[in-house]
Parts: sequence; C-alpha cells; structure tokens
Amino acid sequence: MSDRAPLVSDHTVEQLIGRLLQIGVLIAAAITVVGGTLLLVQHGRAPVDYDVFRGEPSYLRSLSGVFGAAWRGDSRAIVQLGLVFLIATPIVRVAFTLIAFALQRDRVYVGVTLIVLALLLFGLLFGIA
Amino acid sequence: MTVLTLALLVAGGSFGAGLLGALTGLGGGIVVVPMLTLLFHVDLRYAVGASLVSVIATSSGAAAAFVREGFTNVRVGILLEVATTVGALIGAAIAGFTPTSALAVLFGVVLFYTAVRSLRPRVEHTVLTTPDEWSSRLRLDSDYPTPSGRQPYSVRRVPAGFGIMFGAGVLSALLGIGSGILKVLAMDQVMGLPFKVSTTTSNFMIGVTAAASAGVYLHRGYIDPAIAFPVMLGVLAGALLGARILTRANPQWLRKVFTGIVVVMAIEMLYKGFTGSL
Repeated sequence: MSDRAPLVSDHTVEQLIGRLLQIGVLIAAAITVVGGTLLLVQHGRAPVDYDVFRGEPSYLRSLSGVFGAAWRGDSRAIVQLGLVFLIATPIVRVAFTLIAFALQRDRVYVGVTLIVLALLLFGLLFGIA
Repeated sequence: MTVLTLALLVAGGSFGAGLLGALTGLGGGIVVVPMLTLLFHVDLRYAVGASLVSVIATSSGAAAAFVREGFTNVRVGILLEVATTVGALIGAAIAGFTPTSALAVLFGVVLFYTAVRSLRPRVEHTVLTTPDEWSSRLRLDSDYPTPSGRQPYSVRRVPAGFGIMFGAGVLSALLGIGSGILKVLAMDQVMGLPFKVSTTTSNFMIGVTAAASAGVYLHRGYIDPAIAFPVMLGVLAGALLGARILTRANPQWLRKVFTGIVVVMAIEMLYKGFTGSL
C-alpha cells in the first residue's frame, strides 16, 4: 500500500464504493416501499398465519421467478426484487474490491477476493438444497 | 391480526431496534428475531430471513459514513470474509436440520453474552508495531488516522482470528444476526487491531457474511416479503436516524435500557428453548 504509488488510492476507491452502496440501498428501499405499499393495499386485510412455516411459493424463491413476477406487477415479487437488490449490495462491494486489487496488481488478494465472491454468488444463484 | 396491523407493529418495533442499535453501537439485528418470534409469534425461519435482510441494509447503508473516516482495513476484512462466508454457508446448510428449540437456546446464550459484553468497560490495548509472520506475509499491517497523524499498526494471531470468524459466520446464518460483537472481539482482542479499525472493518464484513446465508435462505423460502419489508425498512430508518442524532444522545443510559431488553429476551428465549415451546 504505502510502498508503491497506485493509480488510485485505497481510500478513494473505498469512498466511491461507499457512495455506490448507499445509492444501492436507497434504490432497494425505494423498490421495497413501492412493492410493500401495493402488498398492503391488495392483501392488507388478510389474516396473518406466520406462526406456521410453509415456505414461500416457488416463484418467490428463484431470481428468474422474482424478476418475471415483478415485471407482471405482482406486489410480493416487487418487494422480493427490492430485497434481492439489497442482498446484492455487499456482493457488488466485494466485486469492486476485486477490481481495486486487480488495479494494484495484488495477485494474492485478487485470489482471496475471488474465493469470497464465488462463495457469495454460489449462495445467491443456487442456494443449498 | 391482519397483514396490515402486523406490518405496522413490526415496522415500529424494528425502527426502535435499529435506533437503539445504532445509538448504543450494539447493532439492532440481535433483537429483531426475538421480537418477531416472542412478541409477534412469527416462525423462527421467517424471522431469521427477515433479520438477515435488515442486517445487510444497515451494513451497506452505513458503509459510506464508515469509509469517510478511513479506518477500514480492506485486506483484513476480505481475508477474514473467507472464513465468515464459508461459516455462513455451512450454518445455512445445517439450519434446516437444527431443531427450533436448540436454536432458541443458542440464541439465549448469545443474547446473554451480548448483555455481559455491553456492560463490561472496554479495555484499550496498546497498538502493536512488532512484525508478525502471517501478518507480514499477507501484508495486513496498515495505519489509521489519529489526532496526532497516521498511526501504523501490526496484526497478530491471524489463524486464531480466522477460526473465530468461521464461528461468527455459522452463528450469523443460524440466528440471523450480524455477529458484530464476535467479529470485533476477534479483531480487537485477539488480532490486536485498533478498536476503531475493528468496528469499521466489522461493518464491512457483516453485510458480506449476511449476504451469503440470505442468498441461500431466499432459495429455501425463508424470506417472506410481507414480514421482511417492514423489518428491513424499520431497522434501516431507525439506524439512519440513530447515526444522525448520535452526538446528542446519552449512550450510557440507552446502553442500560438496551441491555435490559436483551436480558429479558435472553431469559425468554432460554425458557422457550428448554420447554420446546417456540
């Protein structure tokens, strides 16, 4: 870090990433507010039954299902879309960290960051059966 | 109770949790699951899913503020993330087979530990500058801003810290918490990082750890939109407000209130766990 002069300093990169993350959270929250309002308008009067675990319907459990149903205007799927965006924000942060290490030609940390990124993407894209 | 009533009550409770969590520095994530299960009788799996999402929201939302201060050690964070994400994925895998009563007991123990740690005064250790084999090899040594200029520091006991982080990852997935206290403990007490570096690096790590298991839980149907959205928005709004009014609040008094709530929840969780009534 201090023994060489990289194109961009660690701190500048981190600051940029921090801003981007904040914007990401705001976008995710905005989508969730829209979906949540719709959800309460459409299903707000239904009685709750969350004391029994049934698991979500399959369209709310996969990324393709969430995107498809949100596009069709399903309120639950729009909320879920916002939550997926939110889950993606730390993953984006790790991806930017990877780029920063690559720009610094730091092979060890490019490797370490790739492992973390692979684990995160595995969890989000496939889950564990 | 209707979906609307529950959403409003849960949003209010989550707002309070986020606010107190930010003002006391203990994080609101730890009380979200007990609130949902004990107070609103939400199934533990839905509660864990919703709580993890709120943990990600506060971590990512606070990132810009933390980064501005310039304390985060990205190398330490990303290296230890290998341990926490592996732990989180394993935790998410075993969560499906773990009986609810066992999780409730574990939660009670973690809540008690949190209460004890929050009351114990923090002992400031001296910043280390003696080189350590692992730390030099992995170039973890760095410096951080102090009133008297940049202070260099060295890191020690990397393998031990790595091990604790694995445990923090498992706990985060099983209980839907950020495990911030355990993460700070590993970096501050075990690895000898300066406290401010430990807390900001922990914030970076909390979101990444929670994202690993939240992804898995999404596929397993633990994340219910109608529960997760009031929790997420409530905690996020509370945490953002808390960060704003932090300088005007009295943390000592609030800390005692928060600790009291945590102790009551710990007792209730242990009772429900041992009687198998959760």
